[in-house]
Amino acid sequence: MDPQPRIGVYICHCGVNIAATVDVKAVAEFAATLPGVTVARDYLYMCSDPGQRLIQEDIKAHNLNRVVVASCSPRMHEPTFRGAGEQAGLNPYLVEMANIREQCAWVHSDRGLATDKAKWLVASVVAKAARLEPLEAREVGVTPEALVIGGGVAGMTAALDIAEAGFPVYLVERSDHLGGRVADLNRIFPTLERVADLLGPLTERVQSHPNITVLLNTEVTQVEGYVGNFEVTVRGVEEPLGVGALVIATGYDVFNPRRKPELGYGQYPNVITSLEMEHRLAAAEESGPEVLAVNGRLPKKVAFIQCVGSRDVQLGHPYCSRVCCMYTAKQSRLVRELLPEAEVTVFYMDVRTFAKGAEEFYDEARKKRVLYRRGMVSEIYRRGERVILAGEDTLLGRPFDFEADLVVLAVGMEPRADAAELSSLLKLPRSSDGFFLEIHPKMRPVDTAVDGVFLAGCCQGPKDIPDTIAQAKAAASSALIPLLRGTVPAESATAVVDVEMCAGCGMCVEVCPYGAADLDALWNVSRINPVLCKGCGACAATCPSKAIRLQHFTPDQVLAQVDALLG
Amino acid sequence: MAEKFEPKIVAFLCNWCTYTGADLAGTSRIQYPPNVRIIRLMCSGSVDPTYVLKPLLDGVDGVLVGGCHPGDCHYQSGNYKARRRIIALKEIIKNAGFDEERVWLRWISASEGQRFAETVTKMTEFLREKGPNPMRQKWAV
Repeated sequence: MDPQPRIGVYICHCGVNIAATVDVKAVAEFAATLPGVTVARDYLYMCSDPGQRLIQEDIKAHNLNRVVVASCSPRMHEPTFRGAGEQAGLNPYLVEMANIREQCAWVHSDRGLATDKAKWLVASVVAKAARLEPLEAREVGVTPEALVIGGGVAGMTAALDIAEAGFPVYLVERSDHLGGRVADLNRIFPTLERVADLLGPLTERVQSHPNITVLLNTEVTQVEGYVGNFEVTVRGVEEPLGVGALVIATGYDVFNPRRKPELGYGQYPNVITSLEMEHRLAAAEESGPEVLAVNGRLPKKVAFIQCVGSRDVQLGHPYCSRVCCMYTAKQSRLVRELLPEAEVTVFYMDVRTFAKGAEEFYDEARKKRVLYRRGMVSEIYRRGERVILAGEDTLLGRPFDFEADLVVLAVGMEPRADAAELSSLLKLPRSSDGFFLEIHPKMRPVDTAVDGVFLAGCCQGPKDIPDTIAQAKAAASSALIPLLRGTVPAESATAVVDVEMCAGCGMCVEVCPYGAADLDALWNVSRINPVLCKGCGACAATCPSKAIRLQHFTPDQVLAQVDALLG
Repeated sequence: MAEKFEPKIVAFLCNWCTYTGADLAGTSRIQYPPNVRIIRLMCSGSVDPTYVLKPLLDGVDGVLVGGCHPGDCHYQSGNYKARRRIIALKEIIKNAGFDEERVWLRWISASEGQRFAETVTKMTEFLREKGPNPMRQKWAV
């Protein structure tokens, strides 16, 4: 290791993401004046191939021994730039990032102030970089098994793909059967196939697969470990299950329309949910349309109300549930077929038919003379045997009173009531709507903040069956990556003891959550097992003799960052 | 001091919750004052007492320590260690005649970008009210 730091600093424009707010040229010029900096440049996209090549060529041409990239969050591209450095022969831990996008350009609008802040952030990281030490990359083995939580369509699909790839899978389901919410349905849009015909074979394949262990009537109570080596405690199973990856497919709750008492659900027999309608339609197929009777009479006027519990800011459900428009089109069509005399009206805000074949299906419903009326119903009350829907027609701008015999509330989806429990069990963040949070809404919709834990289906947000299955297959293939590789990178930035300084007080042994610290019986000094150490730094902060250093975050490095920030 | 006083805040954020929360504030484009400068650590439990004391002695106007909510620590209990340490540290700061209100410990999760932005905004306003850290002048020759 050269004693003299020779630092290359690279300021990324990120297109206009950074450059629009931060004067990147000025930051690069400033960086060139910092102690230890040999070369400082700005470039349109540092993470692009030419951007990375620029760094690699500089490492060789200028004999750089440290690299600082000022761009996005290290949580985004640290592996990219560490990899680029490594390819050019630089130890990956000698590459450090300054976050001038998420924590500067995107949160400030004043160009002068943002540029100023970016300069100090770069100065701070350059100061740390000058004191960086090379660390050895380490890998640990992977338990080549997976666990899927939730036995619905998402969970079954994910389990099946992992099992087909040749790895054992545990499928944990809280209820006494597989199938999830889909098992509650009768026919699906847009093909009108019977759910039983589709779900039956899928369930059969899962149950009979030699690589899948189905655990019904139970739940996950504890999750320890990390990607590659999770220990999952399942109630009723004696030993914790060792697995390398987890797929979360816990689904959703159906919105309970009693939370909108003005719609009279539970009060009038005329008002039912779409799920109850699904059951009645199933029964009608068996025993005729009589099961649709309300108060002993077949309905002459049937109304469907969409967006019940969806797109409702007051309820805290600002999102669209994505399936209600289509299942309402399906149910209204089936009612028209079963009761050709009945008038069927759908009240809607907007009709959203984005799935494949959905728009065509909706057209078909209207051809079968399902009436669509744009307007929201604000209240339902009783008049004799019927109910009155009071609302506003938003095309005519006029209030209406609409008489109906049967009203179907198209209830939406919401996060499961127990989502918070699982969230704290797995330390899995949730978005503001309460569904589990993917790392990036566009680019990484299946990954979570917890490495080795992947999302499938409606636990991440409302979606229909094809989207659920697509995500489940994506989650399965992501989960297969560590299983197939057989190793995962282990923490290199572990704590180390200076035995000359250690007084053997044992406080590190007490604070270590992983049992990595131990007192050497002969010398009475602390020893830290690098395999068990996760690099949290609790021991280093606790050690009264300052004999323990957390590598890559040493007091020397951190305090240099502080000094540099002060300018 | 003819110019309007703008406090300097150094923030030590844990990698797993608050740093990620600050990233989320960014990806959500939630605006907050540029007075905060973030230093990334792995865990709030690794915040050494000197990390808080040194900036204060050097004239920084505020130190923010951000960690995971109780029960959510990536390293099981680092945030509890941070809490105990900061409580003790504040006592020491007070007894040494400094202003312990300049040190804030806050739990901000990876999904609380809004809360991070609000915390920085509030802390900046609070310190603007309070005025500069007297250590600034004392060290200026």
